[in-house]
Amino acid sequence: MNFDRITEKLEILADAAKYDVSCSSSGAKRNNQKKGLGNSTGMGICHSYTEDGRCVSLLKILLTNHCIYDCAYCVTRKSNDIKRAAFTVQEVVDLTINFYRRNYIEGLFLSSGIFKDADFTMERLVLVAKKLRLEENFNGYIHLKSIPGASDELMKEAGLYADRLSINLELPTEKGLKLLAPDKNREDMIKPMNYVKNEIILFKEEKKLFRNTPKFAPAGQSTQLIIGATQENDLEIIQTADSFYKNYQLKRVYYSGYVPIADDARLPSLQSKVPMVRENRLYQADWLMRFYGFKADEILDPNLPFLDLDVDPKLSWALRNQQIFPIDIQKADFEMILRVPGIGVKSAWKIIEARRFSQLNENHLKKLGVALNRAKYFITYGIHFGNLKFLNSSNLKQFILGNTKSKYQDQYNAQLALF
Amino acid sequence: MNILLYDHTFEGFLTAVFEAYEFKLKQVKIVKEALQTEQLFAQTRKVFTQAPKAERVYQKLKSLIGDLGLHRMLYTFLSEDEDIETHLWAVVQYALDHPQRKIIQDFSHPSVLKLSQYEQMVHREKHRMEAFVRFRLTLDGIYYAEIEPDFNVLPVIAKHFKDRYQDQKWMIFDHKRTYGIYYDLHKVELVEMKFANHLNKQEGLEMLVKDEKLYQHLWQTYFKKTTIQARKNSRLHIQHVPKRYWKYLTEKFVV
Ligand code: SF4
Repeated sequence: MNFDRITEKLEILADAAKYDVSCSSSGAKRNNQKKGLGNSTGMGICHSYTEDGRCVSLLKILLTNHCIYDCAYCVTRKSNDIKRAAFTVQEVVDLTINFYRRNYIEGLFLSSGIFKDADFTMERLVLVAKKLRLEENFNGYIHLKSIPGASDELMKEAGLYADRLSINLELPTEKGLKLLAPDKNREDMIKPMNYVKNEIILFKEEKKLFRNTPKFAPAGQSTQLIIGATQENDLEIIQTADSFYKNYQLKRVYYSGYVPIADDARLPSLQSKVPMVRENRLYQADWLMRFYGFKADEILDPNLPFLDLDVDPKLSWALRNQQIFPIDIQKADFEMILRVPGIGVKSAWKIIEARRFSQLNENHLKKLGVALNRAKYFITYGIHFGNLKFLNSSNLKQFILGNTKSKYQDQYNAQLALF
Repeated sequence: MNILLYDHTFEGFLTAVFEAYEFKLKQVKIVKEALQTEQLFAQTRKVFTQAPKAERVYQKLKSLIGDLGLHRMLYTFLSEDEDIETHLWAVVQYALDHPQRKIIQDFSHPSVLKLSQYEQMVHREKHRMEAFVRFRLTLDGIYYAEIEPDFNVLPVIAKHFKDRYQDQKWMIFDHKRTYGIYYDLHKVELVEMKFANHLNKQEGLEMLVKDEKLYQHLWQTYFKKTTIQARKNSRLHIQHVPKRYWKYLTEKFVV
């Protein structure tokens, strides 16, 4: 191997792939049975963290940053004057195997600019995955980025070797896509997604009949939305995510605060800040949909289509729905306990377990990991009333915020000034 | 007060439990032998670890607190905290006094809660070590890694690495506790060694294959290139990758 050249390629092609926020390596179980390399338990492992604090669990690279398209938000776009490079299939295989053997990574996330056409590119991505599985007996995680417009046959092969497939929607609405990625159309993105969804359903059906049905994209599909490059509001974004969870059974939707990379009249200026707080709030809202039983239209109402930047969406919901509180921690359903600000899924379970043994009090809850500084306004212990009924929504917010300091305090002050 | 001194092994602890009941001792305190301090009015006795006694206690506990409970006890044990025996002993007594209750779920009991906290701490460290082990390929064909975990997690990470790396020889060495686990393509064994130097230091480098430095360099390159400068957040970085682990992390080596 020519290491200088490989190093240079890696510099270019890792750099170009870093804007994709998907990093998860969870959700795929692959047992190492035949003395091969690698084993996936379904639980992701972050092997390191970048200096911006994001998890590194996969070798995330582009196969090439040559691209025939010109999407405004993308560093790889054809009109951008940058160094170009392309890995060979074998180079990606060698890097993956050697990194994996040293326990640097959980597997590979391979994406690509589009060279020549969709199928030509997709074929090479599939070839990498195929070699890893069949020649290297590799059982680590493989995430392939599907190329919009790729044919069904290639998607089928991709699903046989990869654990996860994704197509980045990039922009939450069709309008936004037209504006910033005129060469792309939403149809081309949805079609492979739909195909993969159907194949996954088919696989589950066949699995019931034949135990040895080959796996198909066991970790499912995901997508990414860029936040803040166009004018969409948070309600539109959450609704888009929600409909993709429902209609395409996506495993994850990622939100990526737009990092200004180009001076283009269609885009926010190069001086604008990455909307980190907004991005964080969207993840929290997404979390509420996936794990806390909230529906998209409960989280935001059409009159107030942006998430609160100064409080998290769960607290914000609770403040808007005070008539429901306080709830009795000793008797309430699991679902209701989950909705109390300051109580997470784990502590909710512990409450349900522990209350069978004792009448719970503040002290117990504290030890069970409840953030009492928030929760205390929304709960009672079966005996006395909470503090809530004496307060109205706005001073309650002051009270709660007065007790906690957000790690984003500085940032949202700056951001609020912008709106 | 009856003080039972044992040899720091899990079996030893279980033997001590057996003897506490066998001799109907009141006011028991189980203490690691090395931590023994003179106590004026205390009866001190040394426990000799006996597998059959330990086994009986183990089976009894299994029927009372299940695999989950034993798992929690073992993890608590691996924390090596000075105070664990007090809580373990309290939980054992609680379980034996209330055979009808699923006591391991009773988080209103201080020691039951404490055990679940120890479990969490050790589990977190286990998870970290599964992430932070960095192998280097040595000339004798062994992928070799060094760690210095806060808790004694080698026994509980062995399976993870055995499942994952079946076709390569590897060794993970705990510098703090001066022992390692070694996989020879068939089984994992405990190995005890005294190293004069850490392999990190320059002197160790000639033990590595030629390509090793290059792959380390590629990994460092990758690590550097994945950071988005506009989003740099060192506080968050250090929170995830505490500095005390850096000296064994390839991506943090000074090049
Ligand atoms: S098609 Fe993909 S790689 Fe090419 S410019 Fe658009 S977003 Fe970038």
